[in-house]
Amino acid sequence: MTLLSVRDLKVHFPVKVGGVFGHSVPLKAVDGVSFDLAAGETLGIVGESGCGKSTLGRAILHLLPPTAGTVAWLGKDIPPSAVHEMRREMQVVFQDPLASLDPRMTAGDIIAEPLRNYHSDLGRAEITARVQDMMAKVGLLPGMINRYPHEFSGGQCQRIGIARAMILRPKLVVCDEPVSALDVSIRAQVVNLLMSLQQEFGLSLIFISHDLSVVRHISHRVMVLYLGRIMELADRDSLYAAPRHPYTQALIAAVPIPDPDKERAKRRIILTGDPPSPLNPPSGCVFRTRCPHATAICSQAVPPLDSAGPGHAVACHNWPEIAASL
Amino acid sequence: MLSIENLTVRFATQDGEVAAVSDVSLKVAKGECLGIVGESGSGKSQTFMAALGLLATNGQASGRVDFSGTDLIGASEDVLNTIRGNKISMIFQDPMTSLTPHMKVGRQLAEVLRQHRGLSGEDARTQAIAMLKRVHIPEPERRLEMYPHELSGGLRQRVMIAMALMCGPELIIADEPTTALDVTVQAQILDLLRDVKESMRTGIVLITHDLGVIAGLADRVAVMYAGRLVETGTVREIFADPQHPYTRGLLACTPRLDDPTYGALPTIPGQPPNLQRLAAGCSFAPRCPFVLDACLLERPPLRPFAPGRAKACIRDDLERAS
Repeated sequence: MTLLSVRDLKVHFPVKVGGVFGHSVPLKAVDGVSFDLAAGETLGIVGESGCGKSTLGRAILHLLPPTAGTVAWLGKDIPPSAVHEMRREMQVVFQDPLASLDPRMTAGDIIAEPLRNYHSDLGRAEITARVQDMMAKVGLLPGMINRYPHEFSGGQCQRIGIARAMILRPKLVVCDEPVSALDVSIRAQVVNLLMSLQQEFGLSLIFISHDLSVVRHISHRVMVLYLGRIMELADRDSLYAAPRHPYTQALIAAVPIPDPDKERAKRRIILTGDPPSPLNPPSGCVFRTRCPHATAICSQAVPPLDSAGPGHAVACHNWPEIAASL
Repeated sequence: MLSIENLTVRFATQDGEVAAVSDVSLKVAKGECLGIVGESGSGKSQTFMAALGLLATNGQASGRVDFSGTDLIGASEDVLNTIRGNKISMIFQDPMTSLTPHMKVGRQLAEVLRQHRGLSGEDARTQAIAMLKRVHIPEPERRLEMYPHELSGGLRQRVMIAMALMCGPELIIADEPTTALDVTVQAQILDLLRDVKESMRTGIVLITHDLGVIAGLADRVAVMYAGRLVETGTVREIFADPQHPYTRGLLACTPRLDDPTYGALPTIPGQPPNLQRLAAGCSFAPRCPFVLDACLLERPPLRPFAPGRAKACIRDDLERAS
């Protein structure tokens, strides 16, 4: 069952350039993204800073108004008047666990806030019972309900954030870099928690991260974004085992492997330079300025998302030739 | 070249004294890369901040830090200033906060040479341009006229490395040098550090939580937990045959692209300890799957167990026990 259908979504921010007498140019943070998300599925979204992955997450949640395109929920468009009601079904977990929790509220109040917003009829005892039940589910001691965020460790704060997201039993949780600020030993705990909540509640997850190893572990499908556009979208195993886009190939090759022999022996595809400014993206394919395989057509035409196999889409003019040359 | 002996660092805080680093002994040889692995609060950064006399004012270091015959602990600022930025330089995680925001890149680079070499004007500028070329910065002449905020994150980190290399240091201390960078830019910077190490025979202390980064660059590795060394060895030994339960746990709970895992990841249960409330025994004992009663009673010393290897764990039978 398709939960979420995103079609040609664009989020452009007007940015003033040129001082007092300057003019406004659009910063195309997300520029024409389409995908479907099934119930119970995890979609990983990877890309480097500024690729638009967080903006995409926010636009899906209607935390940012899209400039163009649609986000349909269970086959229906969401009118602005229904957004509040929709949020019951879709929740969010942020990167910095401490910064995303109100320091003056207790863990119990933080987790209960969505309940109070959407179920004003619930009595105090019922709210406390539900909060403590959810605390136990996310691995917090229910007895800590009256503690404040600063009394918890980073990993525990992230569990509070997850409990707050889960308390309304949503169908979709957007996780924006949920483990990036956590220590290595805590990261695995939180990844396991998200996966077990998904199993228990049949939850869909959108897992936004720059960490390709964690995304591979948790996702069913993975989307690779670059300057606001989809470069590649495929099932987890086919994306990592047979990446078709030169950007995906470079990203995967750049991830250091925790094995000295493999890491020192591996084939390197070193991309030169940094991603270009989204204020002034290259013509044609946005990746062409760093692409080792760019040809004349790449500067002339935007590559469409092409099928490179079942469930495998790639936006590259030259992908068949690149695949043949490997 | 650098020899740290029994270094302890204490901080006076409102809640009492905290030992951030306890009894750490390490050596770095010329041209060698020593990787320091640990999580936040493990003392990996403070060990080297103390070694260079860069502790916060409430910090106090004791022990010995010998650098080519000079004891750096208790050395005067004048002595330290002839070493820091000259014979030992540092690269930090965030180049934006370690470069001066209101000074052009060229002036910042030249200042290092003016301070340590007494060079001025044209000579310093020529050397700065050469160094920017050395670290593969395109259009170096133009970059000299730019302010740090006008550069991308990757270029800023290259400028930091250029600055660290200006005086031809014997040792570079790189504290999470790629943590703030995107993965493709990280690969560029790691390549550059590898090149510096091999072509200039510069010693590198690489402080990071990222085991992949260590695997690519380090010759030897020291693993820290709760302010202490828990395991040391060559990079191959540490990764192929970790002998401390914490090292094993860290390696196991890291998902890897070369060896994908499905289902639940192995974890290290619990969380890193509060340094203010450390129990008497082994600091890792509350999270350790191999814990024995004896572990709770007495702190295990760092002991050699094979040539060139040491660990702070009383057990020698992890294979059989797991």
